[in-house]
Amino acid sequence: MQASVIVFPGSNCDRDVAVCVEAAMGTAPLMAWHGDATLPKSDLIVLPGGFSYGDYLRCGSMAANSPIMREVVAQAEKGAAVLGICNGFQVLTECGLLPGVLMQNKGLNFVCRNTRLKVSNNKTAFTAQYADGEEIIVPVAHNEGNYFANDDTLKQLQDEDRIAFTYAEGDNPNGACLDIAGICDKAGRIVGMMPHPERRAETALGGEDGKRMFTGIVEALS
Amino acid sequence: MKATIHITLKNGVLDPQGKAIENALGQLGFDGVDEVRQGKLVEVNLSERDPAKAEAALTDMCEKLLANTVIENYHIHLDSE
Repeated sequence: MQASVIVFPGSNCDRDVAVCVEAAMGTAPLMAWHGDATLPKSDLIVLPGGFSYGDYLRCGSMAANSPIMREVVAQAEKGAAVLGICNGFQVLTECGLLPGVLMQNKGLNFVCRNTRLKVSNNKTAFTAQYADGEEIIVPVAHNEGNYFANDDTLKQLQDEDRIAFTYAEGDNPNGACLDIAGICDKAGRIVGMMPHPERRAETALGGEDGKRMFTGIVEALS
Repeated sequence: MKATIHITLKNGVLDPQGKAIENALGQLGFDGVDEVRQGKLVEVNLSERDPAKAEAALTDMCEKLLANTVIENYHIHLDSE
């Protein structure tokens, strides 16, 4: 199994995610630089959190148009599993692999805290090790996490069971439509989420709720 | 050829920054401000001299990068020299 972590200028969760992937997989993932025009064939591609390109223009918009993303999109369309976390989720929406957009938090504040999440779909390639409807705790750290899409898109996400995670009732940190914390593509192989599973993936970090995202995808791909 | 592109949030899309500015104006004593919406302004200098071709190129730029049409509208203004 080949895993790749894409590194943009301004990414800051790339090494944390690499530690989680290596712990789950047994071998280190490839760290791929944004300016690379080629990417070795990967079964799993992770777009990490951070502030790619300084969040210039719109969060994720410059990264979405970087050379490596043409490869990421091409491999995703051929079935590679893709996980976008926080800024990575923003990149996935900006490049069109996932619908909608992450807008500025409703309260205008950067929010950095644990959130209670509900696993709304445990049939994605990443969430199979969670129980359906399970409540987990995963931290968020973002200024633009307010998921927005038009009514037709939201209905489509619901009808096609593509909402992977929602914030538990009363714990929406950013005003996201339908309390959406994470969504997936139709096949459940591309997942974007604002919370950071890599920041709660070992007991030293306060809990292991995020770890099963990584062990889950490795199990699914093995 | 110089172009100015205004990028604004679509109607109905929440604009928390605009709301904050609106409140601040009210606190400063500016009465009668019904609503504030904040957007972006991008200036582009093009070597293209044909307005129609320039407009077509700018539209493409807006669709591909400058605006996110899920939430934003864009308006292109060409300044002919």
